[in-house]
Amino acid sequence: MATVVSVSDGGIIVGKPKWRPLENEGNLALLLLLPTVALLLMFIAYPFVRGILLAVTNSKVGVIGDFVGFENFARLLKDPIFHAVVYNTFLYTFVTTVFKLILGLWLALLLNRDFKFKAFTRAFILLPFIVPTVLACFAWKWMFDPTFSVINWMLFKLGIVAAGAGVNWLGDGDMAMLSIMIVNIWRGVPFFAISLMAGLQTISPDLGEAAAIDGAKPLQRFWYITWPLLMPVTMVVVLFSVIQTFSDFQIVYVMTGGGPANATHLFATYAYQLGIGTGLLSQGAAVSLAMFPLLFAIVIFQLMYIRRVETR
Amino acid sequence: MSNVTIRHVHKHYADFHAVKGISLEIKDKEFVVLVGPSGCGKTTTLRMVAGLETITEGDIMIGNKIVNELPPMDRDIAMVFQNYALYPHMTIYDNMAFGLKMRKFDKAEIAKRVNNAADILDIKEHLSRKPRMLSGGQRQRVALGRAIVRNPKVFLFDEPLSNLDAKLRVQMRVELKKLHQRLATTSIYVTHDQVEAMTLGDRVVVMKDGLIQQVGEPLELYNNPANKYVAGFIGSPAMNFAETVIEQVGNAVYATNPTMKIRVPEQIAARMGPHKGKPATLGIRPEDLHMATGADPEELSFDAVVEVAEQLGSEIILDLKAGGGAMVASVEPTVKVKPQQKIRLGINPRGLRFFDAATEAAI
Repeated sequence: MATVVSVSDGGIIVGKPKWRPLENEGNLALLLLLPTVALLLMFIAYPFVRGILLAVTNSKVGVIGDFVGFENFARLLKDPIFHAVVYNTFLYTFVTTVFKLILGLWLALLLNRDFKFKAFTRAFILLPFIVPTVLACFAWKWMFDPTFSVINWMLFKLGIVAAGAGVNWLGDGDMAMLSIMIVNIWRGVPFFAISLMAGLQTISPDLGEAAAIDGAKPLQRFWYITWPLLMPVTMVVVLFSVIQTFSDFQIVYVMTGGGPANATHLFATYAYQLGIGTGLLSQGAAVSLAMFPLLFAIVIFQLMYIRRVETR
Repeated sequence: MSNVTIRHVHKHYADFHAVKGISLEIKDKEFVVLVGPSGCGKTTTLRMVAGLETITEGDIMIGNKIVNELPPMDRDIAMVFQNYALYPHMTIYDNMAFGLKMRKFDKAEIAKRVNNAADILDIKEHLSRKPRMLSGGQRQRVALGRAIVRNPKVFLFDEPLSNLDAKLRVQMRVELKKLHQRLATTSIYVTHDQVEAMTLGDRVVVMKDGLIQQVGEPLELYNNPANKYVAGFIGSPAMNFAETVIEQVGNAVYATNPTMKIRVPEQIAARMGPHKGKPATLGIRPEDLHMATGADPEELSFDAVVEVAEQLGSEIILDLKAGGGAMVASVEPTVKVKPQQKIRLGINPRGLRFFDAATEAAI
């Protein structure tokens, strides 16, 4: 196939082809893929496999441990704290995602309009997203302080709470959950707003005008035109957010450390506490892995939905 | 009655005066074309009629009712956009039915109207498809269909053919004309293409810099342009211009420059009184020029040098150096010329036009 045929005066000379392995697309592709594959193996596959191996042993810090099969998982099923962790994580993810979507969409619709200082405002909106999470969480922790916090001071000045009877934001189980949800929403809304705004900008303004002429009122224009056209972007943004929120660690770790009385533990914080805090490496790994099938199911479901929306 | 009246309408943007006080009366069932270069205010005017832009000053009336403050949906208009603006997530049927659904028509009536429009536009087999599965021409038909199902008082077209290729554009132009003859709905059509304007419009409005230059039937604009701008804009290839000075020699009036001395026809010469001794622009259309023969008098012909000859089959377009600049002549297909050849061109005196050099108004 790759023979070089040259015609000289007199006859046809068939020359021997040079050996050029990189001109073969398959070889070249393999070579170009190599760095990526190496990185993936090193930083994704190895830790993942190591996690699985840890989860089926009884390793502790300093003890290699023996193979124990699914004992760690069986123990988790009976662990009341783990039950709370599952409930907390789902509640936390669901509530914050709903609010982030609603507030983010609202903000995106506002930012998509024409107004003065538009570019500045759009950049400003991103601040919660840019500030290092741990730093922001410390600030929030201070704001939620039961005695000295600015929030309780405001509630007192507004006459909503009595002096000395401020809300115990982080000390009460339910209030602590509410508090970390507020921080998560505060931090996540900019991502929703900016991403959805980018989505809105891909929708031609002519469509809205055509719909206006067709007799659609503003709410109808949103419902029949904007919302369905924004759906693919919305689904991707929600997918990212769910993955991030489901495995959230920083906010809870800094604000409550999972407390009070394990009331705000999520998968990641509980895994950390078991594995690193108490040194029960294999049990921590089991908690982390328990998150995997759930997250996997959510991701598969959403990816299927995105594909359906995109191909219609 | 669905006449449209535009009365002293202005449009100011923050620092741009887009429309500078235009007035226009569009009669019931009339097809009026707004034509001009980009930035002339034609689209802004159309969008003000649609209600998509606010009116800074003046009034717009549809069917004798002032609509300045009415939202688009209450103006009983339909608009066809340049990029069609079809709803990409809806089927063709739903695209055409949307306006009727929003206006709460019952299902049977919607089906009847959509099917009827699909019949007229020959898109019946595509009704269950999505817009992206259709070609540009088919999408354009859907956009038309969406407009006609509503049976509105006025159709507004915003450069609807400019996204189509040349062949399809000509075809759709004819179909638009047929559609208007069939439906007889008042139509306002915006384009920058003077051929579209001439072929489609009952009347054509030539605009420039936010002002109306001239309103008239296509042939009126072609034969009696009100100023140099309209003269140059209407007609293809465009009218030739040469800078001359008006001089009286004996009984006759001449337009002269170093390379031409053309006698001004008598009916125009009668109006030349105040222009004598002053500069004026001579205008002559390419189709009013021909290869001079012995029968052409000296005072109605001039010398030219051929630069390029374009064979079109039915005619030859000559690009020339003449009259102190570039000129174009459309001559018989039998003419044989070579580049750089010196020729003499004869003028059809009925085609001569003159414009005031300062005001550019026709003399």
